[in-house]
Amino acid sequence: MDDKKKNSKKPKYSQFSQQELPAWKPILTPGWVIATFITIGALFIPIGLIALAASDSVVEIVDRYDDQCVPDDYGQNPESYIQNPNVKKTCTRTLKVPKKMVAPIFVYYQLENFYQNHRRFVKSKSDKQLRDPDDEDDTHNCFPEDYTADDEPIVPCGLIAWSLFNDTYKLSSRGKAIDIDKKGIAWKSDMEAKFGSNVYPKNFQKGGLIGGAKLNEKIPLSEQEDLIVWMRTAALPKFRKLYGKINTDLDAHETITAEVENNYNTYKFGGRKKLVLSTTTWIGGKNDFLGFAYIAVGGLCLFMAINFILLYIFRPRRLGDPSYLSWNRQPIA
Amino acid sequence: MQLDNNTNNLAHDDNSRLIYIGNPQRTNEEYEFTGNKITTSKYTLINFLPKNLFIQFHRVAYIYFLAIAALNQLPPLAVFGRTVSLFPLLFVLTVTAIKDGYEDWRRHRSDRNENNKETLVLESGNFQLKRWKDIKVGEVVKIKADETIPCDMVLMWTSDPSGIAYIQTMNLDGESNLKTRYSRQETSLMPLGSVSGVIRCEQPNRNIYEFTANMELNGHKVSLSQSNIILRGCQVKNTEWVIGVVVYAGQETKAMLNSAVSPSKRSRLEQAMNTETIWLSVFLFVLCLVVAIGMCLWLMNHQKEIDTIPYYRKSYLIKGKFPGKPYKYYGIPMETFFAFLSSVIVFQIMIPISLYITMELVRLGQSYFMIEDKHMYDSSTNSRFQCRSLNINEDLGQIRYVFSDKTGTLTENKMEFRKASVFGKNYCNPPILDKENPDVTVDSDLMGLLHKGLNGNERICAHEFFLTLSACNTVIPIFNKKSSSIGDEIQEDLEAIEYQGESPDEQALVNAACAYKYILFERTSGHIALDVNGEKLRLDVLGLHEFDSVRKRMSVVIRFPNNEVKVLVKGADSSILSILKDDSDNNDLSIVTQNHLNEYSSEGLRTLVLASKDLTNEELEKWQLMYEDATTSLVDRSLKLRQTASFIECDLRLLGATGIEDKLQEGVPETIECLREAGIKVWVLTGDKQETAISIALSCKLLTTDMHQIVVNGSSESECRKLLLDAKARYEGESDDMALIIDGNSLVYILERELESELFDLATSCRVVLCCRVAPLQKAGIVDLIKKRTDDMTLAIGDGANDVSMIQMADVGIGICGQEGRQAVMASDFAMGQFKFLKRLLLVHGHWNYQRMGYLVLYNFYRNAVFVFMLFWYILCAAFSTTSALTDWSSVFYSVIYTSVPTIVVGILDKDLSHKTLLQYPKLYESGYRQESYNSFLFWMMMCDTIWQSLALFCVPKFAFSQSTIDIWSMGSLWTVSVVILVNIHLAMDIQRWVVYTHVSIWGSVVMTYACVVVLDSIPVFPNYGTIYELAKQPTYWLSIWLIIVVALLPRFIIKAMHRMFRPSDIQIAREAEILRKRRFFYGSSTVRRSSE
Repeated sequence: MDDKKKNSKKPKYSQFSQQELPAWKPILTPGWVIATFITIGALFIPIGLIALAASDSVVEIVDRYDDQCVPDDYGQNPESYIQNPNVKKTCTRTLKVPKKMVAPIFVYYQLENFYQNHRRFVKSKSDKQLRDPDDEDDTHNCFPEDYTADDEPIVPCGLIAWSLFNDTYKLSSRGKAIDIDKKGIAWKSDMEAKFGSNVYPKNFQKGGLIGGAKLNEKIPLSEQEDLIVWMRTAALPKFRKLYGKINTDLDAHETITAEVENNYNTYKFGGRKKLVLSTTTWIGGKNDFLGFAYIAVGGLCLFMAINFILLYIFRPRRLGDPSYLSWNRQPIA
Repeated sequence: MQLDNNTNNLAHDDNSRLIYIGNPQRTNEEYEFTGNKITTSKYTLINFLPKNLFIQFHRVAYIYFLAIAALNQLPPLAVFGRTVSLFPLLFVLTVTAIKDGYEDWRRHRSDRNENNKETLVLESGNFQLKRWKDIKVGEVVKIKADETIPCDMVLMWTSDPSGIAYIQTMNLDGESNLKTRYSRQETSLMPLGSVSGVIRCEQPNRNIYEFTANMELNGHKVSLSQSNIILRGCQVKNTEWVIGVVVYAGQETKAMLNSAVSPSKRSRLEQAMNTETIWLSVFLFVLCLVVAIGMCLWLMNHQKEIDTIPYYRKSYLIKGKFPGKPYKYYGIPMETFFAFLSSVIVFQIMIPISLYITMELVRLGQSYFMIEDKHMYDSSTNSRFQCRSLNINEDLGQIRYVFSDKTGTLTENKMEFRKASVFGKNYCNPPILDKENPDVTVDSDLMGLLHKGLNGNERICAHEFFLTLSACNTVIPIFNKKSSSIGDEIQEDLEAIEYQGESPDEQALVNAACAYKYILFERTSGHIALDVNGEKLRLDVLGLHEFDSVRKRMSVVIRFPNNEVKVLVKGADSSILSILKDDSDNNDLSIVTQNHLNEYSSEGLRTLVLASKDLTNEELEKWQLMYEDATTSLVDRSLKLRQTASFIECDLRLLGATGIEDKLQEGVPETIECLREAGIKVWVLTGDKQETAISIALSCKLLTTDMHQIVVNGSSESECRKLLLDAKARYEGESDDMALIIDGNSLVYILERELESELFDLATSCRVVLCCRVAPLQKAGIVDLIKKRTDDMTLAIGDGANDVSMIQMADVGIGICGQEGRQAVMASDFAMGQFKFLKRLLLVHGHWNYQRMGYLVLYNFYRNAVFVFMLFWYILCAAFSTTSALTDWSSVFYSVIYTSVPTIVVGILDKDLSHKTLLQYPKLYESGYRQESYNSFLFWMMMCDTIWQSLALFCVPKFAFSQSTIDIWSMGSLWTVSVVILVNIHLAMDIQRWVVYTHVSIWGSVVMTYACVVVLDSIPVFPNYGTIYELAKQPTYWLSIWLIIVVALLPRFIIKAMHRMFRPSDIQIAREAEILRKRRFFYGSSTVRRSSE
C-alpha cells in the first residue's frame, strides 16, 4: 500500500496548479464605466485649464528674418548673397514686446525644414572622438567630413558639427545693449561626460566648403556650448535651439532692436530662420496643444459619462441576466 | 493501421533476407545487416553545432531573422549596429540549442546504458556474455526468465519441453497480460548446436502483429509466423530460459521502427493566423513601398541641392581627398531600393516572429495545467492526463465532432459474465455487489443443475456448455507466487490462479466457468487440464481453429479420456446459428435461444453462442489429414485452415448462449449529454454488432427512445442508395430527433462509391450517428468524410489498436490508457484515463486554451504593429530616411524584453470563467467553434485600433513638443516608455483574472522598461546619454504620456463598454452571473452573520 502511494502519479494539490489562486476578477459594470469616464473628465479638465493658463502666461516674440534680411538686389537669388563673403550680412530687426516679460527670458533660434533627424545627418558624428583626445582617429561615421585633404583627422568630425549654426544676435533696447548670457545653455550631462574637457577643435572648417560656424581652438569642446546644443540633434524638422538667456525683465510695449548677422545658409533648401524670445513656465514654452487636448479629452469623457448614465437609465440590463444568453434569446421554433 | 499482408514479400526471394542459424559470418557475408547498436540521439559532439543549426533553420521564422540580420550588415543599409541586429537571432538560437543539447545528452546516456547491457550468446559451443551492441544477426542468443530481449529473434528452444515461452509485451504495446510464443517442434526436438539451417524472412517492417518467414532445416521447409518470434523490448516470463536466432537487430527491430514520432499537427488557429500573417506582410510591404516612393520623390525634388545641403551632403567636395566623389550615394533608383530594404529592417517586427516562440512557451504552460489537473487523474490506472503533442492545445476549444470508439472507451472493457442460456433456459448471475472481492457470482439454479449426475440431455448440455467455456479459448492459467507447487495443493490455492489471455471476453468466460467449478489449471499446446468439481480431467487438444473475422467463431477439437472426440465451438450468433444441425430439437432450442439472445443484446450484453459436435473416427481422420496439410502449408495457409475448420464446423448441436456485460465507464452518459449540449456531435464507431451498439448507445443516453432511428444496413450499392435516399426524403426538415445507424457493410459500398455526399448530408442532419461493425480503416474514412467536407474540427477518441488510424486522421486524437494496450496512446495527441475526462478537457481546458491563445495572437499582432506604425509616422517626418528616434537597443528589447513576459503570463494564467460555470453551461463552449476569440473581423478591428493608437502615440508628442527644443533621443525615450505603458495597459484592460503573477509581470514590465532606459541613458558612449534625467524633469513629458494613453485607449474603451452594454456575449453574461453571485453570496452571508450577532 505504501508502495502504491509512493508511485502514485496523482497531481499534488496546490492553488497554483489547479488554477485557483486568489484573484481579482474585474467586470466592466456600468458603474465602472461611468466612474472611469467621470474620473478622467474630472482630472483632465482642470489639468487642461491649468496647462492652458500656463501656456497663456508665456510671452513669446517670434520674428522670421531669413527672407527679410536679404537685400533687395539679391531678391531672386538669396544664395549668391549668403555665399558671398564680401557682402555685409548684418541686418537690423525691430521687435515689440507685447507684454511684460520676466527674467529669465530665453533666446532661441528656430529653423524650419531642416532635417536634423535625417539618417545621414544623425549618424554623422563620432561620440568617442568627442570624449577622448586619443580617439581622434575614430571617424568612420563621419564621411565626408572625416579627414582634411592632408589626412589630418577633423575634430569634431561629421556633418553635424560641420553644419554648426552661425547666425548671431545682438539685442538692444533704447540704445542700451541687452546682455545675452551664453553660459549654461547646454545640458550639464553633455558638458560633463559627452564632450571632453581636454578635446580641442582641430582642422575644423578647413575644407573647401564651410558648413557653418568655426570653433575657437583654444577652448575645449566641453565648453563650446553652442556646439553641444547643436549636436543634440532635433527630433523634428521644425525646431528651436537655445541661443542664450536674458537676465533682465523686458517691459510691455518696449521696442527691441535685434542686430542679426545672417550667415547661415538655409536658402539652399528653403529652410526658414526665426529669432525667438520667450519666457517659460512649468509647462515650457508657449504651447496650447496640451491644454486644449486635455480639456477636449476630459470633456469627451464627461459627455460619454452622461450618455452612459442616460443609457443605463433608459436601457438597463441586469448584469448576469441569463435571459440575454444567446440560446435563451433565440425564438423557440 | 498498416496491416499489410506481407506474405507476398516472401514470394520474391530477392526481397527477403537470409539468415544462417548460428553462423553470423555467413549471414553478414554478402550484405552486412545492421548491428544491434541503437542510437536514438541526434547529435555527436562534432556535428552538434552544424546539425543543430541546420535543423533550427528549417523554421521559416529563423530564415527571416537571418535575412534581416544579413541585410543589416550591408553598409548602405546598416540601420542598427551589427551586434544589436544579431541579438534576437542569437538569443533564440542559443536558447534552443541549449535545450536540444540537454535533451540529446540524456538520449546519449540512455543509449549507452541500453547498448552496454549484457546477454548470453553462443560462441564456439558455449554461451558467453556479450554486450548488446555487439550482437549480430544470425547469432544464437539465450535469455533467462525476467530478462529483456535484446533483438528480434526466432524462437528455437525453450525450457519447456513442448516449446512454449511466455512473454510480456508491455514495453511494446502496453498490454500487461502474458502472450504465448512457440518454438517449432522441429527445432525444439533437436539438440542444441547441431542445428544448421537457413531462415528466410521478410525485410524489417513496423508491423508488430505479423511476421512471415520460413526455415530450411536439413532439407525440410518449416513455416514461421508471428507466434514463433520474440521481439526486442519484451520480457521473458514464467519460462526458465529461451534460445533463439537473431533475425533483426538494432535499428531494424520492430520496437525501434515503431518508435518513430507521429507527424506533428498544426492547430486551426495557427493556420488561420497564417492568413493574417500574410496581411501583415502586405502591410509591411505597403509601408516600405511608401517610404521608398517618398524617398524617390524627395530625392527627385532635391536633386540639385543634395550635394551640399548640410543634412545630406552627397559628395566629397572639390578640395577633399576624393574630389567630387559621391559619398554613399548610388543614384536615385538604387537609393529608392535601399530605402525600401532599410525600411524592411526597421519595420521587421511587423511580422511577429517572436509570436511562434511565445506560443510554444504558452502551450507548454497550458499543458502543465492540463497535466496537473487533479480532476483528470485516474486513480484506477494511476495515470495523469498526458500531452503528447504540444501544438494543438487550442484546438480543444473548437471541437465540433467527437468520434468515439465504444469498447474500452465508453465502456470499461472489463467483461463480466452476466447471463447464460443453457438448453433453452435462461439463467442470471446477480450483479456483483461486493466490489472488494470481484469474483463472479453464480446462479443457484444453474449450480444446482451442475451438481446432479451426468444424466439427461439438459445435464449433458450444461456439462458441455461449461467444458466449451473453459476449453475453447487461448487463455493461460498463471499461478501467482503464493502457490509454490502446482501439484496437489491446487484446491487450496484456487484464488491464486490468474487467467491471462488476449481477449477480455475469454477471460470473463473462463472465470465464469471457474466459478461454476470448471477450473482450468493447465494448458500446453497438446492438452488442457481441468478440475471439474474436484475431479481432474485431462483433455487432449487435437487441434485449434483460432478466431478469425471471416468465420467469426473459434473451435477446438478435443479427445476425452474415454477416447470420445468432440468439436467445441463458440462464436457470434449469426455465424453459428446458420451451421446448426437441422432437426426439430435443435430448431426449437434455436428459437428459444434466439429470443434470449435478442433479450441480452437489448440489455447491452455481448453475446456468444456455444455449440458442440461429436466426431466420428472417419471424420476425425479426414480432418487430421486436412489439418496437418493446412498447418504446414506455405501458400494460402489461412485459406486452407479456414476450409479445414468449415469441414468440421457444421451440423452442430446448440448448447446455449452467454451474455457478457461490458460495463459503461463512470460518468459516460453525463459526459455525452454535456458534450451534446455544448453543440458537439458525438458519433460512435464500433466493431460491435448493431443490437449491442444500439443498446449501449441507449444506456449512455446517446440515443433516446423518442428518436427516429434510421437504419442503413444494405448489402449492395443500390440497396444502400435506396435506403439513404428514402431516409433523406422521409425525414427532410425534421432533423431534431434523428439517429442514423449504419453498419460496416453498407459503409463499404457508400465510402467507396459516389454515395459519400448522400451519407454526409444525412449524417450531418442527424443528431446521432452510430456506426457498427466498422473496420479500423473505415473509422478513419468516416473521420475523413467530415474533415473533407466541412471546416469543423474533429476529435477522435479510442483505446485500441483499431482506433489508431482514426486518431491519426482526426484533427485531435485522444488515446485512452485502458485495457487494450498502448497503441492508441502512442498515436494520440493527448491521452487520459477515462472517457469522462473529455468533458473537462474540452469544456474547461479547451475553452481556456482557445480563449487565451486567440487573444494572445491578436494582442501580439497589435503589440508589434503599433510599434511599427509609430516608427512609420516618424519616418514620414524625417525625409523618408528610415531614422528611428528610439535607440537601437530599445528597438530590439521592445519585443524581447519590454513586452514579452506579460503576454506569456496572461496566455497561461488568464481565465474568463471558472470551471464550475463552464461545466454548468456547456453551451458556452460554442463560442470556441464560432471562432469568437479569433477571426478576421477581430483582426481588422484590431488593425484599425492599432492605427489609431499609433497615431495617438506619434501625434501627441509631435504637437506637444512642436517648436520646442526637444532632441531626437528625448523624443525616442518618450516614445519607448509610452508605447510600453500603452500596450501593457491595453493588455491590462483585457485581463479577466488578476493574480499576483499578472500584477508582477505587467507592472514589472513597465518598471523594467524604465530601468533599461535609465541604464541605457547612463552609458556615456551612447548618443542618448543623460536623456531620461533631463526629460523626467519636464512636466510636459509626463502630461504627454498620460494624454497618449488616454487618447489611444479611449475609442477602444468606449466600444468595449458599448458592446458590453448592448450586445453582451454569452461568456460575458456568464461571467457577470458568476462574479456577482459570488459577491452577493459574500454580502449575504455577512449580513446573516451580523444579524445573528
